[in-house]
Amino acid sequence: MPPPIRRIVVDRHPHMAKPAPAGNGAGVANGGVAIATSLAAPSVAERTARAPAASVRERMHVESLWLAYGENWVVRDVTLPVRQGEVLALIGASGSGKTTLLRSLNRLTEITDSAARAGRITLDGQDIHELEVTELRRRVSMVFQQPNPFPMSIFDNVGYALAERPDGRRRRRRRSAAIEHAVHDALHRAGLHDEVGEDLERSALRLSGGQQQRLCIARALAAEPEVLLLDEPCSALDPISTATIEELIVGLRERVAVVIVTHNLQQAQRVADHVAFMHLGELVEYGPADQVFERPARQRTRDYVSGAFG
Amino acid sequence: MASAQTLDRPARNTIARPPRESHASWPLADRLCHALCWATGIGLCLVTAWIVLYMLVKGISALNLKLFVESPAPSLRERESGGFLDPLIGTFIITAIGMAFAAPAGVGIATWLTEYARPRWLARAVESGIETLAGVPSIVLALFGLLVFARGFFSFLSGSTNGGAVSGKSFLAAGLLMSVLALPLIVGTTREALTQLPSRMREASFALGKTRATTIRRVLLPSIRPGIASGVVLGMGRIIGDTAIIVVVLGASPKLQGAGGAPLLSTLRGSGSTLTSYVYGFSPAGEGNSPQKAYAAAFVLLMIVLALNGVVTRLSRGRSLDTIEQGAKP
Repeated sequence: MPPPIRRIVVDRHPHMAKPAPAGNGAGVANGGVAIATSLAAPSVAERTARAPAASVRERMHVESLWLAYGENWVVRDVTLPVRQGEVLALIGASGSGKTTLLRSLNRLTEITDSAARAGRITLDGQDIHELEVTELRRRVSMVFQQPNPFPMSIFDNVGYALAERPDGRRRRRRRSAAIEHAVHDALHRAGLHDEVGEDLERSALRLSGGQQQRLCIARALAAEPEVLLLDEPCSALDPISTATIEELIVGLRERVAVVIVTHNLQQAQRVADHVAFMHLGELVEYGPADQVFERPARQRTRDYVSGAFG
Repeated sequence: MASAQTLDRPARNTIARPPRESHASWPLADRLCHALCWATGIGLCLVTAWIVLYMLVKGISALNLKLFVESPAPSLRERESGGFLDPLIGTFIITAIGMAFAAPAGVGIATWLTEYARPRWLARAVESGIETLAGVPSIVLALFGLLVFARGFFSFLSGSTNGGAVSGKSFLAAGLLMSVLALPLIVGTTREALTQLPSRMREASFALGKTRATTIRRVLLPSIRPGIASGVVLGMGRIIGDTAIIVVVLGASPKLQGAGGAPLLSTLRGSGSTLTSYVYGFSPAGEGNSPQKAYAAAFVLLMIVLALNGVVTRLSRGRSLDTIEQGAKP
């Protein structure tokens, strides 16, 4: 069901919570949250038990961003910070522009010919459109809704992200110890190493769906990105795989800034430190997860998180 | 698995299956068409079996090992006309030359058409060009080749007489034309395979900071290796089976006849024959008048083409199994 077309009265200034002081990240609003979750994933579900990330600092900044496909503006005047040390969840109904916003962060929107853009996105203060696109995408990596491993071995899937350096040196076949180490490290970080063991020559297509998705995360992590974008990474997975990946996401935020698009509000509650709620391309509310879910400032947000529409 | 062993299957006579549909209830027209379908299907099998068996019987009775190692000899008596070693070698040379040009060009064109295709008008032009080539009869191609390669500019491809006239007939010239014949097949299968690859595979690679070129070289082309291979094999079958180009552009000499110069180059620039032109020349239709040998050569030709067909089937089956497996995963 699409949301009823009721134009929200937008005052062009979405409700932005005061950013939490650095070093206190998610800690501010962690007091006594009781979240009813349908999934049994205690380690992630109980956010109270989660330690805040050691340091939080801003990596990317989206400034009055407008995005269009053809004549259709799908993201309207969005301003958002993306911080390392925390997980940012983009929530909203279908067609609210979450995925487009996410894809614009590593310029994947440019694959579509009709895409147009206004506004600015910066990575560490530098405009991402001034960066070489391949370099940007190495620094801002992405995992998709459908697990999409390449039809090669597990090792080659992860190594693919590393194998070719921008200077064009080719290292196919000849596996340097550095690559070997990086691949194993990425698989460890994605929590897949214990399951696939030492047999990395198996075809990646023989893994289960959840394992394939974690392989994709490992692949995205292998090049040591600074920002990790996740586009509904669990929507094609079963609850157990979902719990594993959520745990993983929370663990990753120390080293990379994580942005996740999700339709699953419980999931957003479980993993996110900050939540941005979008509606019809506009950013309605942005703030710490607990505040957005427990004490939303806007009626529209309240409706959405309480399940009134979408 | 364990439960399957402990549980007793229901007894055979208690299993209910849907009753077979009776044709008797069909309208007459439907029943006629149904019968016609059966008849044509069985008829096709019969014709195929007839051809293969006929060639098998005729061919095997005429076949002996000596035919494979002797060169053809100019003699009207069947006993003294030698074997078909040279045509066999000729077939291999022609196929190799044709594929050396057609395979890389075909894969390249197909990749450009599916992955780049800019500017649009050029892509459309290339597309219809390929379609046109696919429809050109090989005899027309042969005639064109004969005219073009006999020009002085192409004298490096074939031998020339002392007077300076370029013959235009050589393995190189025929091989080049053959590559034109095989090109549409390779472009077709490669394009088909590339368009069937899910676009998320490309996105995944782009999202890792890879360029389009790297994506094609490292992900897309390796993924469609079976598709390319079956295109190449189809093209080989086409080349091996073609007669018109051989007769017109390679010449009528059953033996390999070098054009002089360096040994290998001399052969490539020289004239010769392939199994198809050998069969034509030695059959009652030609001048050799050794029908037994023509049968034997035709049998060998048929076996080569059948073997290639088998390879294509295996390759495409392997590919479809792969895609099913890939699709089965959530």
